[in-house]
Order: sequence, then C-alpha cells, then structure tokens
Amino acid sequence: MTTPLHIGFIPLVDAASLIVAVDKGFCAEEGLDVTLVREVSWSNVRDKLNIGLFEAAHLLAPVAIASSLGLGHVKVPITAPFNLGINGNAITVSPALHVAIMAEIDGAAADPLVTARALARVVAKRRKAGAEPLTFGMTFPFSTHNYQLRFWMAAGGVDPDEDVHLVVLPPPYMVDSITNGHVDAFCVGAPWNSIAVDRGVGHILHFVSDILVRAAEKVLAIRQSWSEKNPAVVVSLVRAAKRAAEFIEEPGNRAEAAYILAQPERVGVDAEVIQRTLDGRLKISPDGTIRESARYLLVGREAATRPDPLQAAWLYAQMARWGQTAVSPEALKTAMAVFRPDLYDAALGKSGGAAADTAIGAFTGPVFDPEDIKGYLHSFDIPRRAP
Amino acid sequence: MSAEQSPKIVIVDESPIRAAILEEGLREAGYTSVVRISEMQSLLARIYALDPDIIVIDLENPSRDILEQMFQVSRAVRRPIAMFVDQSDAASIQASVDAGVSAYIVDGLKKERIKSILDLCVSRFNAFSKLQDELDRTKMALEERKVIDRAKGILMKLKGLTEEEAYVLMRSTAMREKKKIGEIAQSILTASELLK
Repeated sequence: MTTPLHIGFIPLVDAASLIVAVDKGFCAEEGLDVTLVREVSWSNVRDKLNIGLFEAAHLLAPVAIASSLGLGHVKVPITAPFNLGINGNAITVSPALHVAIMAEIDGAAADPLVTARALARVVAKRRKAGAEPLTFGMTFPFSTHNYQLRFWMAAGGVDPDEDVHLVVLPPPYMVDSITNGHVDAFCVGAPWNSIAVDRGVGHILHFVSDILVRAAEKVLAIRQSWSEKNPAVVVSLVRAAKRAAEFIEEPGNRAEAAYILAQPERVGVDAEVIQRTLDGRLKISPDGTIRESARYLLVGREAATRPDPLQAAWLYAQMARWGQTAVSPEALKTAMAVFRPDLYDAALGKSGGAAADTAIGAFTGPVFDPEDIKGYLHSFDIPRRAP
Repeated sequence: MSAEQSPKIVIVDESPIRAAILEEGLREAGYTSVVRISEMQSLLARIYALDPDIIVIDLENPSRDILEQMFQVSRAVRRPIAMFVDQSDAASIQASVDAGVSAYIVDGLKKERIKSILDLCVSRFNAFSKLQDELDRTKMALEERKVIDRAKGILMKLKGLTEEEAYVLMRSTAMREKKKIGEIAQSILTASELLK
C-alpha cells in the first residue's frame, strides 16, 4: 500500500471516473489508498490542492491553467495527466426568457447562432423598454461554462460584459436562483439543468456540444511538484481512472455507475437523473420533450480521457479574449504544458487510445489555431474593446 | 484607505452564532469596524457597497466561489488583491484552511495586522467547532436517553418488570454482547416494531 491519498471533488456527474475508480475498488487494486473529499466550492478544491491538503482533485480545466499561470490567485503549477470529462454542460433558460427568445427566433431553434441572435433582439427590446439587463449564472470566473456562455451570446451580438449581467453562482444554488428570479438563465453541469427542468423552472436551450463539439471540462489535477516526486502513484491513478471511465461507458454498467454516483456522500441526487446524463438522454422542457445526444457528456469514449494541449490553448485564448490575461507566447506554452498526454500515454501505453478528430469544432468563427491566437481573437467583433 | 485605522472587516457566515462569536473576538481585540452578512443573495453587491478591507468567509460556504469574481477585471471600485495572508505564508494558510475559514484581503494592510486578525478568526472558529461538537454530543446523548426510556417501557409491559429491573436487563445484555446500552435499546424498539 502506498501512502494515503486525499482527492477533492465537487458533487457533479463529471467526477464519475474518480468516484467509480474509488468505490468500485479500482484504486485499491492499483495499490492506492484513496479518500475522496466532497467539497462545496471550486475555490476550496483549488486551495486545498495548492497547499497540499489534497494530492489530487477533480478540477475545472481552466482553473488548472489559471493556477499554473497565477491568474486570479496564487501561482501553483498544476499537472493534468487525465481528462475527466468532455462537454457535459447545458444552457438553461427560465420559462419567461424561453418564451421571449422563441418569439424572436428566425430559423431553427437548435442552431446556436439563431438563438444567440434572438437573444440579442430580446436584450435590445428590454433596453428600449428600460427593463433590467438579463442575468446569467455560471459557476466560476475560470470555467468552461463562463467561456461557452460568452462564446455563444457574443456570436449573436450580445456583449457579455456590457449587455447582460454574468454572475458566479455555486451549482447547488442555480435552481433556486432561477426559481426566485435572481437569474434568467444559467450554464452549469449535470445534474442541475435536469433538476431545473424537472421542477418546471427551466428549459434546456442548448447542450454545450451545440456550441463547441469538443471542450475539455474537468481534469484530474495534481500539483506539479508532487507529481514529479510520485510518478508511480500518478501512473496508478491514471490507470484506475481509465478503468473506471471504460466501466462507465459500457451501457450495461450505466445503472450501477449511476447508483454509485447517487450516494449521498458522492453526487447525492437520484440515480435516474444521473443516468439520463450518462446516457445523453435529457428531458429538456417541462412538457416532457426528450433530447438525445451522443455528445452531451463524454466520460471515456472518443478518447475523452486523454488530455489535449489544443484544448488548453483554446481555454487560454478565452481567458485572453475576455480580459482575464494578456496574450503572451510564454504563458500559452505554460498553459498547454498543463495538459499532459505524455504522462497519460506513459501510464496506459497504446491502450489509452487517441481520437480521430480532436478539433474544438465551434459553431461559428474561424478554425482555432494556437499558433495565431492574436489573429483568432481579432476575428471577433465582441468584446467591442480591442483585445 | 488608511490601514492604520481599524480596518473594515466583513464576516460572511450563514451561522449567525459563529459570526457573532467571531465579531465579539474581533471587537475585543480592538477591531471596531465589523459587519456580518448571513444572507447570500446579492452577496457581491452588498460587499461592494460595504467596501471592506478584509472579508472572512467560512470554507463550508459555497458562496466562496462568488467572491472569486472580485479578482476579475471588473467594474468594482476597489478589489481585494490577495487571498489568505500571503503566498509565502504557508503556515497561516494551512491553519486557516484547517480551521475552515478563509480571508480575502485588500491590498494596503500591514502583514502583521492581517496575521493577527486571521489568527484570531482561526482560534475563534476552532472554539466554535468545539462548542458545536459538544452540542452534537449532548443532543445524541439526549436522543439515546429517549430510546432507552421507550425500550424500558416495552420490557416493563411485555415481561412485567419494574423500571429498575428493565434497565438492569438491558445493561447486562449490553455488557454480555459488548454493545452500547443505546444499541440494545434500539434493537428492542426495532424488534417490537417488527413484531407488532
């Protein structure tokens, strides 16, 4: 047995590989003694990882990058040898905003460019009528949710910093906040969109896979210094997590995986709601409309587990686009080096697998090129200030 | 801002008792400008309006993530630039995380003053946790008492025992089975439910 490991997580479905790796005994079979610690905020996860109370954590991919760059907080280099999820978020709007957007829609509602333009018209009408700007909730300043929401609305001509309020809300508060009107919409991971729909207080407008075909959502984050001192443990952790990801993706195992995740000390919501997420089969409207998508949340399929530095570069470009940092070639290099496919490959060999197509696949805008981030950013009309 | 005057401290805590204990400690130590926030709605707007030098928040509060927005390029007049004490002061950070408290600090305060405020918050937090533990234990003891009394009543009725005899029977069974008397009492309640 190795030394005991403490791994922090936030109760979300995309912590699935970690939770299943521990609760199915895959970690123990790798000789790891892991205690999972459920946390209430990303700030806690980040800080406890940074100061060594956790050896590893389920972490927002952009937080791993921000921490390595010292953005918004102290600088602690992070290593991500395993990707815990691709996609998995959704944009949910209140019934009132849903009606307003549908009244302005000019095309197919499934097309994010069409909904974003409709949103722009709703925003313009509200301004003219002297109404309060719309408020959108997301989970963290350095989050995929933040960037997906911004990317989407900006494409329709809505400046997320000027035309609406964008506020951070802890995921467990999202449903209450949309119920009592403190937010008009939010972008969050599972299970919170489904819970809003079940309670009749939200419509899922988009899966984030409508906006970007592929976006790195959460990573297994390890302090770089610790990772360098404990390479064998990192190998074991990656193997256990990979085995769990494969277990979860086996359709015959879904019910068991959902049951494990549903436990009160894990994600703590109904197994049925969790299984909907894993299956990518979600109720998107209180009237019972179901939408199925093979891209809703990728845990282990399509090489979702292999960290992709292109994804890190894209997230870094979003930080630059929205004024969280300035573009610098050194910082870009640091950001890309957080994602470690080399460690992943070393742990798994050929069995790790590689995706045929790992493009970002945004619904609009130029193809992302990490070699020319400035050119990429200049191609956008919003933010209206110069990047 | 003048850092030499008593800094304005905001305590964000959903537990009003703990917040009161913290505030009292700070006031005793001479920090006279303390405001408590227990309502998490519009938290950021309230903090901006108060414009504090230091914000102390419980780590068990999910609203901590909301405060991270203050570190963004924002329209805020003034924003805190550091969290906890200082990057170099790992011991204070560790102590504060262990105690479940975190402090967001606006630039311009002397490090020693921040440290003394944080140390005070940490010790008060720990004192509160101890109180909470004692309270929980007392509550549990009280619950156990109730279970034992009900089990006694069942034994008295079913076996025609006196209260004293019923208690002795449970105690001796507990000793023989190496269990707590509360567990034996609970088994009696469960069995009697099943046999109803």
